[in-house]
Amino acid sequence: MIASAKAIPADRPNGKLIVATASLAGCFGCHMSLLDLDERLVDLMELVSFDRMPLTDIKHIGLCDLGLIEGGVANAENLAVLRDFRRHCRVLVAVGTCAVTGGVPAMRNNLPLEACLKEAFVHGPGLVDRGIPDDPELPLLLRQVHPIHEVVRVDYFLPGCPPSADAIWSLLGAVLDGRPVALPPEQLRYD
Amino acid sequence: MTDAHSTPSTDSASAERSAFTLDGRCIPFAPGETIMDAALAAGVYIPHLCHKPGYAPHGSCRVCVVRADGRELSACTAPALAGLKVESETEDIHALRLAVLQMLFVEGNHVCPACEASGACALQAVAYHCGMLTPRFPQRFPQRALDASHPDFILDHNRCILCELCVRASRDHDRKRVFAVSGRGIASRLIVDAPSGRLGDTSFSSEDEAAQVCPVGAILLRRRAFRVPIGKRRYDLAPISRTGDVATQLQAELEAETLDT
Repeated sequence: MIASAKAIPADRPNGKLIVATASLAGCFGCHMSLLDLDERLVDLMELVSFDRMPLTDIKHIGLCDLGLIEGGVANAENLAVLRDFRRHCRVLVAVGTCAVTGGVPAMRNNLPLEACLKEAFVHGPGLVDRGIPDDPELPLLLRQVHPIHEVVRVDYFLPGCPPSADAIWSLLGAVLDGRPVALPPEQLRYD
Repeated sequence: MTDAHSTPSTDSASAERSAFTLDGRCIPFAPGETIMDAALAAGVYIPHLCHKPGYAPHGSCRVCVVRADGRELSACTAPALAGLKVESETEDIHALRLAVLQMLFVEGNHVCPACEASGACALQAVAYHCGMLTPRFPQRFPQRALDASHPDFILDHNRCILCELCVRASRDHDRKRVFAVSGRGIASRLIVDAPSGRLGDTSFSSEDEAAQVCPVGAILLRRRAFRVPIGKRRYDLAPISRTGDVATQLQAELEAETLDT
């Protein structure tokens, strides 16, 4: 209906699909929801192996069948990671409200970036070392936060803040079978 | 069609003619009723946002789009005609309706996780009903004001969908004309009846019907934000197709409180 359905052929040597995940401008809540799969994670591990994700600590993504992206695009590093995922993943999924719409981080889009930074680092209460951080290692912020489909092509969308473990399970089932995502009503939430 | 409609429905034969079909189902109607009126009276849900029974039809949100004898119309403004063949839940009408909803979402700043009205919001509930997974279009992220000048209400323009329910309620039911829509096209915005432009300087009060009709979180009653937790609100408990019409935070909370006790 919305997402294009493309089946992932199970042609891997060990029969397992390779999955990568990343949190961009998110809060890791969607990753926590993934962990909420609980014992279903054991079933999942029969079907997939993980490439880059917070649990593996792999820094650079290899070729993957499926990429799950949490969070929107707020800075230059988010942009680079997202484009890297798109290049390396056959199927890319926007997981959670921030990846789908920009979410709460995008609420800064109505304000000038400088005003945001000053409020947080110069004028805010209880600050010790006032001043906008300018370490060259810090990725530069974009003027606005964007949902990921405004930057790369996205195959599937899963809203929710976070999407429930059940919703993630429904999504994985659909993606692994190459079906469009059809969530039962109790799993379709934007909040 | 016009002939059949103007025929007095006295005998049973013409009474039989005073009906149209909606997705193949026969819907009877009285003279003067719209497709929406007749469908709601027959217990058939057509998704809608700016329509409310007892209010003058407005036809602005376009969510109730149906195809009647091959033409796309808003069901809330189109008169019911005998023999009309109306489609609502077909695949292409559903796609149209979804696109209308998606445009409503990207036009404003609708951040459900940060909205007090989440779970009691008709825009969200209709989007759930239609299975919307993404707003799809590029987000506009418009710059809109928040008016906190009123002691009992917050007016958050970020969430206003310009349905004019508050305009109609204040004008036609409260006889106050507190609200109006100003501007054209994408520059349209809700304004209030005060030289300062602030809600706090108008005669708006919580007794007003206009305080009860906002389908989204644009007109918010203060001090009730999370008295009913997320997950126990009006459309959390039942889908909008069964719950019915416009919900406000206040109504939803009162209902939820009744359910709790």
